[in-house]
Amino acid sequence: MSVRRIAKEQPDSFAFSKESQAKVDFWLAKYPEDRKASAVIPLLWIAQKQENWVSEPAMRVIAEACGMPYIRVLEVATFYTMFNLGPTGTHLIQVCGTTPCWLRGADTLKAVCEKKIGPKGRDHVSADGKLAWEEVECLGACANAPMVQISNTEGDLYYEDLTAEALEQMLDDLAAGKAVKAGPISGRACSEPTQAKVKVLEDATLYDGSRAAAIDLLPNTDERKSDPEPSTKRPSSARAKSKAKTGPATAKPAPKDKAEAEKPKAARPKAPKNKDD
Amino acid sequence: MTQLLQDKDRIFTNLYGRHDWRLEAAKQRGCWNGTREMLEQGRDWIIGEVKKSGLRGRGGAGFPTGLKWSFMPKEVGARPHYLVVNADESEPGTCKDREMMRNDPHHLIEGCLIASYAMQAHACYIYIRGEYQYELSVLEQAIKEAYDAKLIGDDNIHGWDFHLYVHHGAGAYICGEETALLESLEGKKGQPRMKPPFPANAGLYGAPTTVNNVESIAVVPTILRRGADWFAGFGRDGNTGTKVFSISGHVNAPCNVEEAMSIPLRTLIDQYCGGVRGGWDNLKAVIPGGSSVPLIPKDICDDVLMDFDALKEHKSGLGTAAVIVMDKSTDVVKAIARISYFYKHESCGQCTPCREGTGWMWRVLERMARGEAETSEIDDLLDVAGQVEGHTICALGDAAAWPVQGLIRHFRHEIEERIENYRAGRPVFTGAVAAE
Repeated sequence: MSVRRIAKEQPDSFAFSKESQAKVDFWLAKYPEDRKASAVIPLLWIAQKQENWVSEPAMRVIAEACGMPYIRVLEVATFYTMFNLGPTGTHLIQVCGTTPCWLRGADTLKAVCEKKIGPKGRDHVSADGKLAWEEVECLGACANAPMVQISNTEGDLYYEDLTAEALEQMLDDLAAGKAVKAGPISGRACSEPTQAKVKVLEDATLYDGSRAAAIDLLPNTDERKSDPEPSTKRPSSARAKSKAKTGPATAKPAPKDKAEAEKPKAARPKAPKNKDD
Repeated sequence: MTQLLQDKDRIFTNLYGRHDWRLEAAKQRGCWNGTREMLEQGRDWIIGEVKKSGLRGRGGAGFPTGLKWSFMPKEVGARPHYLVVNADESEPGTCKDREMMRNDPHHLIEGCLIASYAMQAHACYIYIRGEYQYELSVLEQAIKEAYDAKLIGDDNIHGWDFHLYVHHGAGAYICGEETALLESLEGKKGQPRMKPPFPANAGLYGAPTTVNNVESIAVVPTILRRGADWFAGFGRDGNTGTKVFSISGHVNAPCNVEEAMSIPLRTLIDQYCGGVRGGWDNLKAVIPGGSSVPLIPKDICDDVLMDFDALKEHKSGLGTAAVIVMDKSTDVVKAIARISYFYKHESCGQCTPCREGTGWMWRVLERMARGEAETSEIDDLLDVAGQVEGHTICALGDAAAWPVQGLIRHFRHEIEERIENYRAGRPVFTGAVAAE
């Protein structure tokens, strides 16, 4: 648990911009009519992306939009650590310090941040107001450790496979207003194995479309069982549009499946469209 | 030499993002092939196949997925049914779901439809951790594609009205616990609920709900397409299937890779990660299933199999199959102290043993890492860990206790040695791990 309090100085008001409002509407539409409180985290996040932090007036606006008491919004905003409860740098550098990153040198990244930016904490902003840094807990990119996430109003991207030198350069570039490229800096695309002898996912037949070929009969299905009146024909409703040309009515018997012969399934005939109620 | 998994048997064929994640390319790779026919086979067939495949939940606990599905009420009553997908991947070491979501999202979307149909749910929420903003945007786009192609939504071509929504969190590990996740999804603090009632009876909005891990859901379409027996053909009895392993720490090339269950740990590290840094003999210990599970020292690593039962025999666990490798240069006490700090940071504060115990264990471990402790405190620490374990609403208390217990079980001599050195005036210097 961490103690999180809202900033002492608060703006007088808050309003969602037109762009933000569109996002707010998009999120509110995801939940049942009487459950709009569900949108509170996404809405707080939208407010943060607009202002770079979440202010008390913003929480009040959100409480209204979600139909919940303000105190419940405050409770949520102080519980979840991604919400900035006060102003911070334009770019917030979040260094993952949990064990998998620590094993691969997260401490050196922390040292770089300390040197370039100063003490950690969202409220310790560099003199030019551009950078602040903090140590965060596992960001879920452990095979690309060590890594940082850089958050600003544009987005929240991962910078992975880092070295101290690379991060130093990155911080210089950010301070100078230059763009920095996200993703692993090692030349990897994602978290693939890099040893030359390792061959994974290189089989061409996975990608040549052969996997999209129509399936005559699913494994472990007995077509007679899926038809109310035993017959060799599949129910006409079974004919998916794309399969029509393959003639499911003449579907071959199960493709040599042992398990199938052993045990007759208890598969019930079931119309595909059985909306209950 | 163990036979490695072949490409043709890999489910996540775009795990590394070498190809397009979008719908057309995903279809070429076999997604959405025969989905309607699967639904036509009926719920019992789907659940039966998943049971037969032996699929155990991929989120850490390893509960049989098909069995979990069958706990949902057979008839839909006054309240609708929900499927909720747990994409709050936050267990240190674990980074598999991220790759599935950003590179192979249609596996997950198709799986959501099939699982929802099997449990008579017309709506499904995917709860993704807040930090995964890029993955969230990919999922949103992929879901939109699926709606546009009428694969999901009202009156879709599969004949089961189905709505899929992504929801995101905002940085709380505890929301990976299923009832905390539901609380969070309802717009509250992520504090776990007492069970019973179980989510299958009263879950999201008080309605019957099943919560499954991303990987558990995303493998289902392929299992149905290729047959339960195909999936069950990998791994040992009770530990079947393929699994994405995340390997991090002191290996030459950390990576995510899909392999058969029950692959020997050593093979996994040697074949895919270029071995342990400095060679196998330079290995000190491995945390085999994400930070919650107790570590295992090298002599167990030599021949242990990566599956639920084999690791359980060694008092550890498969967890999320996130392998954290530590070589001989590692200060293992500090490594576990850092994990303890993590649990202290992430405790939701609801139950006293966890709220107080996690911080207490962290502070003691920090001192032990420096050697600044009494030897008798090792037993005190073990005692407190035992008092936290099993005395909290959710498993976070257990998860905080296990790594500490594992450390003392296997490296007690190292802590003792450090304490002795400190007293003899030869302290091991280690800075504070995460000074607050």
